Amino acid sequence: MTDYLIRGADVLGRGAADIAIRNSTIVDPELLDPTSSDVEVIDAGGLVALPGLVDMHTHLREPGKEDAETILTGSRSAAAGGFTCVHAMANTAPVADTAGVVEQVHRLGRTAGFTEVVPIGAVTIGLAGEQLAELGAMARSAARVRMFSDDGICVSDPLLMRRALEYVKTFDGVIAQHAQEPRLTEGAQMNEGVVSAELGLPGWPAVAEESIIARDVLLAEHVGSRLHVCHVSTAGSVDLIRWAKSRGINVTAEVTPHHLMLTDELVRTFDPVYKVNPPLRTDADISALREALADGTIDVVGTDHAPHTAEHKCSEWTAAAMGMVGMETALPIVVEAMRDYDFDFGDLARVMSSSPARITGASGHGSLEVGASANIVLIDPNSAHSIVPDDHATKGRNNPFAGLEVKTTITDTFFYGHRVLAGGELSTPHPAGASWTDQ
Amino acid sequence: MKHLLDTVSLSRDEAISILDIAEEMTQVSEREVKKLPVLRGRTVVNLFFEDSTRTRLSFEAAAKRLSADVLNFSAKGSSVSKGESLQDTIQTISAMGADALVVRHSGAGTPHRLAHTGWIDVPVVNAGDGTHEHPTQALLDAFTLRRALGGFPASGAVKDGPRGRGLDGAKVAIVGDILHSRVARSNVHLLSRLAAEVHLVAPPTLLPWGVETWPVTLHYDLDEALRSEDFAAVMMLRVQHERMHESFFPNEREYARLWGLSAARLAGLPEETFIMHPGPMNRGFEISAAAADSPRALVLDQVENGVSVRMAVLYRLLTGREETND
Repeated sequence: MTDYLIRGADVLGRGAADIAIRNSTIVDPELLDPTSSDVEVIDAGGLVALPGLVDMHTHLREPGKEDAETILTGSRSAAAGGFTCVHAMANTAPVADTAGVVEQVHRLGRTAGFTEVVPIGAVTIGLAGEQLAELGAMARSAARVRMFSDDGICVSDPLLMRRALEYVKTFDGVIAQHAQEPRLTEGAQMNEGVVSAELGLPGWPAVAEESIIARDVLLAEHVGSRLHVCHVSTAGSVDLIRWAKSRGINVTAEVTPHHLMLTDELVRTFDPVYKVNPPLRTDADISALREALADGTIDVVGTDHAPHTAEHKCSEWTAAAMGMVGMETALPIVVEAMRDYDFDFGDLARVMSSSPARITGASGHGSLEVGASANIVLIDPNSAHSIVPDDHATKGRNNPFAGLEVKTTITDTFFYGHRVLAGGELSTPHPAGASWTDQ
Repeated sequence: MKHLLDTVSLSRDEAISILDIAEEMTQVSEREVKKLPVLRGRTVVNLFFEDSTRTRLSFEAAAKRLSADVLNFSAKGSSVSKGESLQDTIQTISAMGADALVVRHSGAGTPHRLAHTGWIDVPVVNAGDGTHEHPTQALLDAFTLRRALGGFPASGAVKDGPRGRGLDGAKVAIVGDILHSRVARSNVHLLSRLAAEVHLVAPPTLLPWGVETWPVTLHYDLDEALRSEDFAAVMMLRVQHERMHESFFPNEREYARLWGLSAARLAGLPEETFIMHPGPMNRGFEISAAAADSPRALVLDQVENGVSVRMAVLYRLLTGREETND
């Protein structure tokens, strides 16, 4: 493999420095001879270097819905968005609820070679919410699953949730909950608020999210387990998580780029590109979420990248599927959303790389220290452009930010030392594939 | 005005202009030949994804009185029930040649979507979408109110009808299931645009979250509302029986007792208060037979005016503004 000497990048926004890569690892720049033909020197003046991004929440659709996305197309989308590690949600067909399925997803990710694909195991068999899946078998499989989620469906049965939280302590696992009280959201189409009142679309009230979070943090405290709350979307949820953390409860929380940026006012267009679960909320919620991301109450940004085929979005609102794609726009959108907050590139690296890597145990990611795996992203913070979903590597065209002007471009992604994105263009996959599970 | 999708985006002037054209249209029904040749050779497609015989017949009568050809499409028995997408359905109809679409759909926003996706480029009339809006119903209610409150016959041809006016200052109560009512939403917007004072009376379970932001006065108690206000009209909404199984109220008896327009409540109303209902009525539930059949009930006038108002809407959308001023 080629060695790289990245010259003059602003490392984590703390000033220009050199980064050297040899054999998939970050090494002391002094060790590389820039005149050697084995060393490729990259002039990164004006670019910012961050540890490769880690997405805790991605839908890659394979197996089962390969017309919407495959592990290969999703991996290419991840690399283009600066992600060196993505966690693939379990709601595939078949559901990732056995060691066999998670190992297959893991293997397909390695073969694709553009990003590290870490499978998330289902909490319950078939996401049916009735019986625990074989969490232990998935944890002990080659994929070494640590995070479990029925995402898309809430583990609403309190006893089952308690058992799941307790059981994963065996292998320091974490349950990632999709907080949505099912009875309070029957037939829900959008946020319940003044806009839903006018549009007559059945509402998804904030309390349906908040009541589950309140219950789950108390359960996590009671049994002394780790809880991760997926896609937090309301100001009330932020308050609950802040309270739980102040009590020392072991809870982490995630927010999506779209919940940091878009409101339910967009539903007035009845364009299903804005249909997502949890739904787009209000300006007040956006302010609370941004503040929580800045002060650390919310630990991570997760994309909830959810590709859908055109026929599931080119329909009437009520028939359309929920979900938005977002890996290729996540970082530029978070930069725009957090522009008015005390939030620098170090914070960006924290919420999009080191914190998610710590929570999920993806130990090959999240650091630019010498000796760390060479998972690195270079971004150009001064390259204004408008978002064109048709140009994206994902199969999904359901990106809600089409036409939006952003300032940041992802130029290079190094995946275990292999340059999978070079100068803004996808190049070749990692020849051997790579994973933290090798270490 | 390219489409009629809702009343929330209708200006006072536009609304009054439609009501005034509808006044002209009432003259047509007095003629021996109840037809105007204005839409000869044009095709109006009634696209009903949800059953509604009354509304479809009303639109069909309106189009035919303007000499348009009418194609009726109902989702039942069509390829929609076999999984055909909305896009394919619309493009098929477009290929057959439609000059206007009248759309009824169970999902809020579908007519809006058809008007804005570029699948078809013809005027779209919303004939009721989910629990969103039903603009022609609100227009026919406003037309009927304008007649009745102005001292004119509530329906039929009138030589010098109440043209150019709104409903300034009229107090109108809308009673019942506001939450699930597209009629209520369209009426709230239109009546307040015409400067009527709108009151909503309903159990809190049947009012949408955030209703306090609407330009209305709220009452939970019907008797108290009727005691404290002199309403020019009381509009009773249809309540679906299945709502009680969803715990919106305990049972029909309690609903009728607290929010129904009973014979006793009818007797307590001021002489001049009119009674309206968009139909079909649940007699003995939200409205008593005594109220439904009383001389002050405008229910059948509403139905009759529906044809004239829908003629006005089709005429307005298919012929353009200049001609309407001739």
